Amino acid sequence: MKDTTKEILERPLHGVYRWWGDKLFLTISVILGLSIIALAFAMAWVLFKESSLALNEFGVVGFLKGRVWDPGVNFVFGALPFLFGTMVTSVGALAIAFFPAIAIGIFVGEYAPKWLGAIIENLIHLIAAIPSVVVGIWGIFVFAPWMREKVYMPVFMWAADHAPSLLPIVGTPIGYGMTTATIILALMIIPYTTALTRDAIRQVPKEQREAAYALGATKWEVIRMAVLPYARGGILSGAILSFGRAIGETMAVAMLIGNKNTFPFSIFGPAATMPSVIINEFREAVGNLHLSSLMAIGLALFVISLIVNLIAAFIIRKYSITGGQAV
Amino acid sequence: MKTLRRRQIQDKIMEGLLVVSTITVLIPLVIILAYVIYHGFGALNWSFFTEELGSPARAMQGQPTGLVHTMIGTVVVDFIGLIIAVPIGVGAGIMLSEYPEHKLNPVLRIMNDTLNGMPAILKGLLAFALIVKPMGTFSGLAGGVALAFVMIPIIARTTESSLMTIPWSIREAGLAIGLPRWRVVLSTVMPAAKTGLVTGFLIAFARAAGEAAPLMFTSFGNNYLPNHWTGMIFGPVDTLPQRLYSLAISPYAQWHQMGWAAAIVLLSFVIILFVAARLLTRQKNY
Amino acid sequence: MELLTLRKKVKSDNNTSSVMTTTNEIETTVEKKETSRVRMEARNLTIKYGTNVAVRNLSMPIYNEKVTALVGPSGCGKTTFLRSLNRMHDLTKSASITGEVLLDGNDIYDPKVNPVTIRRKIGMVFQKPTPFPTMSIYDNVVAGLKLVGIRDRKLLNEVCEIALTQAALFDEVKDRLNAPGGSLSGGQQQRLSIARALAIKPEVILMDEPTSSLDPKSTMKIEDLIVELKKKYSIVIVTHNLAQAARISDYSAFMYLGDLVEYGKTKKIFQNPEDKRTEEYLTGKFG
Repeated sequence: MKDTTKEILERPLHGVYRWWGDKLFLTISVILGLSIIALAFAMAWVLFKESSLALNEFGVVGFLKGRVWDPGVNFVFGALPFLFGTMVTSVGALAIAFFPAIAIGIFVGEYAPKWLGAIIENLIHLIAAIPSVVVGIWGIFVFAPWMREKVYMPVFMWAADHAPSLLPIVGTPIGYGMTTATIILALMIIPYTTALTRDAIRQVPKEQREAAYALGATKWEVIRMAVLPYARGGILSGAILSFGRAIGETMAVAMLIGNKNTFPFSIFGPAATMPSVIINEFREAVGNLHLSSLMAIGLALFVISLIVNLIAAFIIRKYSITGGQAV
Repeated sequence: MKTLRRRQIQDKIMEGLLVVSTITVLIPLVIILAYVIYHGFGALNWSFFTEELGSPARAMQGQPTGLVHTMIGTVVVDFIGLIIAVPIGVGAGIMLSEYPEHKLNPVLRIMNDTLNGMPAILKGLLAFALIVKPMGTFSGLAGGVALAFVMIPIIARTTESSLMTIPWSIREAGLAIGLPRWRVVLSTVMPAAKTGLVTGFLIAFARAAGEAAPLMFTSFGNNYLPNHWTGMIFGPVDTLPQRLYSLAISPYAQWHQMGWAAAIVLLSFVIILFVAARLLTRQKNY
Repeated sequence: MELLTLRKKVKSDNNTSSVMTTTNEIETTVEKKETSRVRMEARNLTIKYGTNVAVRNLSMPIYNEKVTALVGPSGCGKTTFLRSLNRMHDLTKSASITGEVLLDGNDIYDPKVNPVTIRRKIGMVFQKPTPFPTMSIYDNVVAGLKLVGIRDRKLLNEVCEIALTQAALFDEVKDRLNAPGGSLSGGQQQRLSIARALAIKPEVILMDEPTSSLDPKSTMKIEDLIVELKKKYSIVIVTHNLAQAARISDYSAFMYLGDLVEYGKTKKIFQNPEDKRTEEYLTGKFG
């Protein structure tokens, strides 16, 4: 018995157990990791290459400033309506979603009893999982008609009677338009913002709360003086990431914004965003210049998303707090 | 000077405000959920699961139509995506967590987060340029690749974080008995992190399964089941999210009904995946 | 019936404690200088986490302008007891408390009493320094005052300077009061936490192992500070460091497994403990 053990122990190791086993494993991991890096670069390169036709034709600035999008007759393409549509809907959605989302985060983290907090949190996660198209179908058949009947029409009728000069700003109340899309976008990013707020609040050390309580603070004062300042970096970067989500959100917006490709936009009236125009026209586009212009919109979307992500990362780094928990 | 009473009233007001805004936000979100469930189940019928869609005329004449080809297509395309995404995502996750000293590590982390933050529609455009254009046709393969682009960064992240939860002492114990590093990772760290890894796959899969944007110009859509199974991979394929969009914006009332049915099937599919993922994580906590 | 027995019990306890104080007064009159009175008092205090008893039927006084040290091995309930003195357990849902804690003769656990008011009278310093990291040094010190709506800049400046001086930190930070609290060293952060507690002019200061995360030099400074502070405040300090308890405290309580084993003058406890467990602990046989 003993001899066999000894024999086994003294047997030369199989190759993979010696140095090259580790080397091989590392190489495979690095290749797979590199493929992600390659993918990110490929995305930038492909979008750049495919959009070169349009960018050469109109110039980068000319394309971004162009107010006309005419794939049918004159073949002139300008991105400004979509840049504008994306910015208005995303900023609007974030403005609507920001405070309620933080409120839920605070309520779940600080006020709700454990069982209720768990229910709300699971519900939020569940809602965040609803696919965009499913929200879209609800928007098309339920929300947009309802808004038209209960909100847009009354406002429109009021404006027609009392302030006809406002009518072009208010826009045709068909139900599908910028306001509808903005509200739906807000609903869609609330769960995401809430989850990120909740994570940020979870990071606040217990000691910080206790220190505030020990000074004789009420619960709200504890939140204001210890919890929110500590979590502000996480909350802020979460809001910016949600903004990035809103910018890239495609299907529900394409289903609800009404898809009007040229200025002027109005408050209730139809409009378009960068993702929505790509979804609507890419499948049917035949002209090379048209396809290339849609790719150029994609490139603009890429650059904006990149900037938004980098800002969020920068904020996390800048506001990350090292003190307060331990030295 | 604020009196204690005033401060306490303020405290109560804030609590009230928080409760009220929580409720007002949750109500519309729950309404969406309830509406889709109610309408969707109402629109479901047997032929939905057995028939092809066919031309709009078929539905308008009241003939039985369904989305059987769509459901098969969804499974095929989603699994193509998963098969491509898992090895790449796990490999990158291993590099992130097991080789923190590697000099490409920070670059990979930034690039992975960037890719994750990119709108899904751009991943569709990328797959279009990389697969559809050279192949000259829309295909299930292109759709799968586009979905893989959605899943890869998620899997890399979840793999990294679940491997990181395994304490370094376990790795050191393995190294101390003379195991090489690859063996430590494969036979001690990965098995210990098994639940976390699978949870990550499920989350990524569920996220990708709900995406329509990357599929619109990759797998494109198809009203019929392909004649031969290879058509599922090398020809245009129907998938639930993309079909749901087409049905909803179509002008036919019958198709709208079918859209609700597609919505409930898609929603159930995604929610089952998410619930499975959450149950798994809960199990891990025990 | 139960209430009656409880009342009786409290009454008898009252008697014993007054006996204790009287004996103590006798002692102090003997030592003449000391004219301590009881500032806080725990009576039949029992604290449970769920069904787990952390502190069992504890009664002891806390004297004014004295340092009372709570010593004992880890998990003996000393921190739990300390946190009960300003109702910090209200934040822990599983904790339940029976018995009384009196501050100047009034039960702080009376349902009519607001914990917020209690905590303003009884300040607390934690094991780890807890400056609010996003606030400046100045804002940290006056945080408690701003809570009650004091905005008078002159008053705030004055209080800030006094509190920082009392905490022996003023000279080190006077030129950078607007720097963030997190930028200080560990010892400075702890003195900042003390200054913040002093700024609201508490009557009692609770300290939970205030030096356990600090280096010896900073520890010395904090100890000197405690000795200085007891001229004005009653201080209760939990410490793992027996030498520290011996150096700075006037009274000591030795706790073991949730029980108060021995309480008395520090000198007496350290030199001539009555209980065998105290002796064994102090001589390093366990703990």
